[in-house]
Amino acid sequence: MDASVKRESLEAMRVFDLVKTPLRELNSALHTIARGRNDTNFEVVNPRGSHAVAVGIDQPVTVDVRGSVGYYCAGMNDGGTITVHGSAGPGVAQNMMSGTVIIEGDASQYAGATGRGGLLVIKGNAASRCGISMKGIDIVVHGNIGHMSAFMGQSGHLVVLGDAGDALGDSLYEAKLFVRGTVKSLGADCIEKEMRPEHLQKLAELLEKADVKDVRPEEFKRYGSARKLYNFNIDNADAY
Amino acid sequence: MSYHNPYTPPRKSATFDDYTLAEIRRAAATGIYDIRGAGTKRKVPHFDDLLFLGASISRYPLEGYREKCDTSIVLGTRYAKKPIQLKIPITIAGMSFGALSGPAKEALGRGATISGTSTTTGDGGMTDEERGHSQTLVYQYLPSRYGMNPKDLRRADAIEVVVGQGAKPGGGGMLLGQKISDRVANMRNLPKGIDQRSACRHPDWTGPDDLEIKILEIREITDWEKPIYVKVGGARPYYDTALAVKAGADVVVLDGMQGGTAATQDVFIEHVGMPILACIRPAVQALQDLGMHRKVQLVVSGGIRSGADVAKALALGADAVAIGTAALVAIGDNDPRWEEEYQKLGTTAGAYDDWHEGKDPAGITTQDPELAARLDPVAAGRRLANYLKVMTLEAQTIARACGKNHLHNLEPEDLCALTMEAAAMAQIPLAGTNWYPGKGSF
Repeated sequence: MDASVKRESLEAMRVFDLVKTPLRELNSALHTIARGRNDTNFEVVNPRGSHAVAVGIDQPVTVDVRGSVGYYCAGMNDGGTITVHGSAGPGVAQNMMSGTVIIEGDASQYAGATGRGGLLVIKGNAASRCGISMKGIDIVVHGNIGHMSAFMGQSGHLVVLGDAGDALGDSLYEAKLFVRGTVKSLGADCIEKEMRPEHLQKLAELLEKADVKDVRPEEFKRYGSARKLYNFNIDNADAY
Repeated sequence: MSYHNPYTPPRKSATFDDYTLAEIRRAAATGIYDIRGAGTKRKVPHFDDLLFLGASISRYPLEGYREKCDTSIVLGTRYAKKPIQLKIPITIAGMSFGALSGPAKEALGRGATISGTSTTTGDGGMTDEERGHSQTLVYQYLPSRYGMNPKDLRRADAIEVVVGQGAKPGGGGMLLGQKISDRVANMRNLPKGIDQRSACRHPDWTGPDDLEIKILEIREITDWEKPIYVKVGGARPYYDTALAVKAGADVVVLDGMQGGTAATQDVFIEHVGMPILACIRPAVQALQDLGMHRKVQLVVSGGIRSGADVAKALALGADAVAIGTAALVAIGDNDPRWEEEYQKLGTTAGAYDDWHEGKDPAGITTQDPELAARLDPVAAGRRLANYLKVMTLEAQTIARACGKNHLHNLEPEDLCALTMEAAAMAQIPLAGTNWYPGKGSF
C-alpha cells in the first residue's frame, strides 16, 4: 500500500471502545456520516457481547469489530462492510438490504433472517434457522448449519460447505440452497434438485466472493421448493 | 268421542342449529375449514353492557357547547424523542396493502389526516401513497417482514411490533393467491399468484427477553426518535402488558377478539382470544402495578363502533382506541348499495366476510383494478373523517355529562354494569349495587 494512502486511512479510522463509549454513540456516528467524507472506516473494540452493534448502516462504511457480539449485529445493513473478528449472537445481519457482513467465528440462531440482499459470510458454523425467511440475501457458511435453516426462504442463496441439520428448507419458496455435506432431513416441500450450469456458475461466484478456496461447485447438491404447497390444497394437509 | 293426537311443531336443536348443520354439511362436502375475514360474530360481553352514570348532586356536568372537553393525546412519551401527537384518541388500526386495495389505504390515510389521527400499515409493507396521504403513519413490524426495510422504518412516525392480534392470538396469516397482483407480489418478494403465508412467530426473536433486545435494535436503527408500540391479541392481558412494558414498549396495543382480520379460519376467530371488555382492566392493572399507567400508553381495539365505546374504553383506563372494521364500514364496506352483487356472491350486505377472495363489490378488500376503482379515495376519506368526528363528539358529550374536561378524565367510577358478566370482566359494579363480581384477582 502506498504510504500516503495508508496514513490517510489510519487517520480516518474511528475507534469506539464499547467499555468506555455508549453503544448509542457508535450507531449515531454510523448514521451521520456526510456523503463524500473519507472517515468511513470504523473499528469497534471491547464489544463484549453487546447487542445491536453497527445496526442501521445506510452508507458504504467499513466496520471491524474486534471481539464477539450479541444479538442483531449489523441489523438492516444497507451498503456497509462489517467484519466481526469473533462470533456473533442471534440474528446477525437480520433483514440486510445490501453490503457485506463477515463473521470470522460462529453465528447463533437466525443468522441472516429475512435478509433482502447483500452477502453474509460465516466462517465458522451457524446455529438453527440460518437464513430463516430469507428474501434475497446470499449466505455462505464455511461450516455446518443447524435445524430449520432457510425456513420459508423466499429468494436468495444459502451455501453450506459442511452439513445441514433437520428440516432444511421447510415450507420453502424460491430460495436456492446448496449443501456440500450431508443433510439430516429435508423440511416440508423441500427437495433435491438438478444442478444446472447456471447454478454451478452462481455457486462459483458466491464461493469466490466468500473467500472460499479449494472447493469446487460440483461438490454441492442443490435443494429447492417442490412448489406443492404454493396454493392450499386439502390433500396436502398431512404435509403441514 | 275420538282422540286425536294434538299437533306438535317440529323442534330444532339449540345445539345443532341451522347454521351448525350447514357448517357440518359444508365441511363434509369440501374437506376444508371455513376461512373468512373480520372478527368474531358471536355475541360476547361488550361495551353495550356498561352504562355511564352521568352527573348528579355529587358530580356536576360541563356545558355542552361552551365548556371545553379536550380530546388530544400524546403517544410514546416514555423513550421516544418524537412522540406522536394526535387530536383525537381514535386511531386507525393496522390493515395491509394487499388485504386492502390501494385506494382503500389511501382513503384511510386521508380520513385519519383530516381528523388529526394516525393510520397504520399492515402485513405487506408501506406504500408511497399511504405514506403520502397519512400525516401520522405507524409502521407495523410483523413476523413475515414482508416489505420491511430501514428506509420505511425511518420515514414512519412510530413502529408497532406485532406479536398478535385479537382475531387470532397465536395465529399467522394467509393472503390467498387470487389477491397477489404484480405489485403485491413485488412488495413481498414472492411469485405472483401463490398463497402468501405470514408466520405466527417472529423469525429472529422469541419471548420477552429477546423482545427487549429487538426493541433496542429498532431504537438504535431509528436513533431513538420513534415511539415503539407492541401489539398483542387479547389472550393474557395482565402478563402481556407487563412483559411489553418490561421489554421497553412506549405504547401497548391490545386487540380483543372482535378485532378483524383479513383472513383466517372461522374456528380461530370464534374460539381463541378474549373480548376486549375482559382485557382492559387487567392491562390497566398491570400498568398501575408497575407505576406506568399513563407513562406507557394503552391503545385498545376490537369492536369499537361509537363515541360511547370510545368513552367506555377510556373510562376503563385506556389512553386511546383503534378502529379497523368500523373504519372500513365508514369508507363503504358492506354497503347495501351493492346488495345485488353481494347476493351473487351468496351473501348479503352486512354479512360479507370473504375478504380473502378479493371479490369485494365495494372495492375495498380487493386487488382487482376494476373493483378497486369503485372506491373514490377522496370521498371515502371524507366519510371516514365525518365518522371520526361523530365518534369524537359523542365521546365528548358523555364526558361533559360526567363532568370531565378531558376524555382522559373519564374513570371507572363513571360507569355501572348491566350484566354480571360485564361487571366481573370490567370490574365495574353491577348497576344499582356496590357489587364487583370476582373482584380481588384476575
